[in-house]
Amino acid sequence: MAEFKQADSMYEWFDQRLGIDKFVKVMMTEYWIPKNINFLWAMGVLLSVMFTILVVSGIFLLMYYKPDVNMAFDSVNYTIMQEVGYGWLFRHIHAVGASVVFLIIYIHMFTGIYYGSYKKGREMIWISGMLLFVLFSAEGFSGYMLPWGQMSYWAAYVITEIFGGVPLIGGDLVVWIRGNFYVSDSTLTRFFMLHVLLVPLAIIGAIVLHFYALRFPHVNNEEGEFFDFDKEAEKYLAGDKKNSKVVPFWPVFLSKDFFVLGVFLVFFFYLVFFHYDFAMDPVNFDKADGLKTPAHIYPEWYFLWSYEVLRGFFFEIAGISGKSLGLIAFAVAQGVFFVLPWLDRSPMVKPANQRPYFKYWFWFLMVDLIVLTVYGKLPPTGANAWVGFASSMTFLILFIALPFITKAEAKKVGGK
Amino acid sequence: MKELKILAIIAALVGITYYGIEPYAHHIMHPEVKAADFQFKDLKNVDTSLAGNVDNGKVLVEANCIACHSLESAGHAKTMLDTDAAAAYGVVPPDLSSAGRIYDKNYLANFIFDPVSAMHLSHKYPAGGAKAFPMPSYNWMSGQEIMDVVAYLQSVTPKVVGKDTHKATYDAACGRCHSMSYAKSEATTPKDAVKAYMGATPPDLSQYIKSRQEHYLHGFINDPQLLLAGTSMPRVGLSEKAQEEVIAYMEETGDSKKAERERVGLWVMLYTFVFAILAYLWKRKIWSEVH
Ligand code: HEM
Repeated sequence: MAEFKQADSMYEWFDQRLGIDKFVKVMMTEYWIPKNINFLWAMGVLLSVMFTILVVSGIFLLMYYKPDVNMAFDSVNYTIMQEVGYGWLFRHIHAVGASVVFLIIYIHMFTGIYYGSYKKGREMIWISGMLLFVLFSAEGFSGYMLPWGQMSYWAAYVITEIFGGVPLIGGDLVVWIRGNFYVSDSTLTRFFMLHVLLVPLAIIGAIVLHFYALRFPHVNNEEGEFFDFDKEAEKYLAGDKKNSKVVPFWPVFLSKDFFVLGVFLVFFFYLVFFHYDFAMDPVNFDKADGLKTPAHIYPEWYFLWSYEVLRGFFFEIAGISGKSLGLIAFAVAQGVFFVLPWLDRSPMVKPANQRPYFKYWFWFLMVDLIVLTVYGKLPPTGANAWVGFASSMTFLILFIALPFITKAEAKKVGGK
Repeated sequence: MKELKILAIIAALVGITYYGIEPYAHHIMHPEVKAADFQFKDLKNVDTSLAGNVDNGKVLVEANCIACHSLESAGHAKTMLDTDAAAAYGVVPPDLSSAGRIYDKNYLANFIFDPVSAMHLSHKYPAGGAKAFPMPSYNWMSGQEIMDVVAYLQSVTPKVVGKDTHKATYDAACGRCHSMSYAKSEATTPKDAVKAYMGATPPDLSQYIKSRQEHYLHGFINDPQLLLAGTSMPRVGLSEKAQEEVIAYMEETGDSKKAERERVGLWVMLYTFVFAILAYLWKRKIWSEVH
């Protein structure tokens, strides 16, 4: 035990025991972030705030929500939306927040791809980020089931059904996931558990991992420049703030993030109060009815692109059924972003537009994902089915081609 | 400025995606149909320009209608319990007190002339089919007589004003078949009876303002077959004003916090806006030291 001297203030008392001074330095005032960044680097902080908002609003909803097929719908749409004071506010914040968080996740992800922030030492940031993406997807999917509306039910039905395509164990797997032969009360209660306990816990763990993974390789910057953080930090601490290439997390980096957050929140609350249909689908205000299939079944917008990859293969090729092909493509789509750091064979860490070949790949991918998303919602009939097929194929081909494209790029730029 | 350019690119990508999955997809999945017609122009059996005679109408109503219908506003009370009436007729016959207020005049006249064609339910009750609509056609009456009946019904309808009309109109127009549990309102005709009579159980309307929304309801109530071909729901023939009252009642029941939501929304946005401005000023101060 170290020797303790009498503390002169409350602050000192705590500092002696918890090392507050040191902690604040390590986490905030001497955690160095590159200066050369734009507002896209605020997305991480926005996501942290959104996650907090979702947790808090979720806790309020949890006080009145009833996970039971006979009560769930009314507990949400009557008790919470109309009886409990400001219950509607928490529901709107939670439902719209769950949708908007994916918008920010996608911006955050594609920022990472655009600036090459997933390679040359940043692989673990990327992997932990993808883990968060998968966990958020699970959280979004399980949460959407809870109000037990028509879309809750039928999206759950269609998505769990997908697992039936897994060879050998498919049928059993579906029953295992649903806890019954069809989507039923046991399905609701287990997804309730996942939504309010297991997945949020895992998300918190993954966020810690993600933040930790940022510490050693450091955050990337607008030019993809590598420099000596220790030297730049020394410069900053010595008072040469203007010439140093870094700024401390607090207050400099966060002061900018707060501004970005403020602008974002105005937009977010506009959606919450005045424009929420995109996140609270009208169809879901019909109570779940297992005997009445809605005319159009579609998942939430953030799943549409991968849903369309699944639907895109609607005919048999080389003796393999369209359903199996779709399932394979779907599985690839879920996993392929994880291995992006290894598919990109070019050593360049630069914004995509400064990379001779990668820039085409990046913008092609963006266009393809938008096409997939839009056609994932439209009914897959006539020409739509073929657009779906073409854009699904494009998606796969883009990722097959990436190693070759980036290899050629590496050769062209000569290992820079 | 570079950051504004980035923002513009993101806004464009998000905007295109949004347009595709919301307005455009909606337009594809729910094609626009003919605009609502509150004159019920397709109904031409009765010359509605004739001026009705209230006294003669009274005689005709007492001779022809009150055998089945009550008319409480003129002192003709119900003679049967709802359940018995439903068993006898298939559905509880409406009390006619508000008929003159809520139904369009042209519709009402043509309905009396031939209910099934006015309701657009010929597919449920084809002429000479096994199932007959409980109310007979009064196509033997002259146009003048029908207009007398209409004039009389309009003269006895009690005055309802303000918000009370919302519930009154809903009860009279929809409440015989539909329940609305969030308004603690149960269909006056028992469920099984309606099902036997119409071939389907009418849905509970508590959340229909949210699931169908105003735009759809506006067209649907006016003429259900246009938006849901083959449905058992009759065209009820509400005047535009009465239909608005019904929709208002559905909103008061299904979206009771709308006014509060819009009021609070403005304050919250204002608050965050001020936050954003203060944050900007703070950021400028902080970053002036490092740039
Ligand atoms: C959903 C919860 C997430 C949270 C709370 C979060 C938070 C953060 C934060 C605070 C940063 C540092 C500042 C910044 O660049 O924004 C960051 C960086 C990063 N995140 Fe995430 N993130 C999340 C999800 C993801 C996902 C889904 C991915 C991609 C698969 C991802 C990939 C990255 C990458 C590559 C960086 C490094 C950026 C750079 O070095 O410039 N993150 N994240």
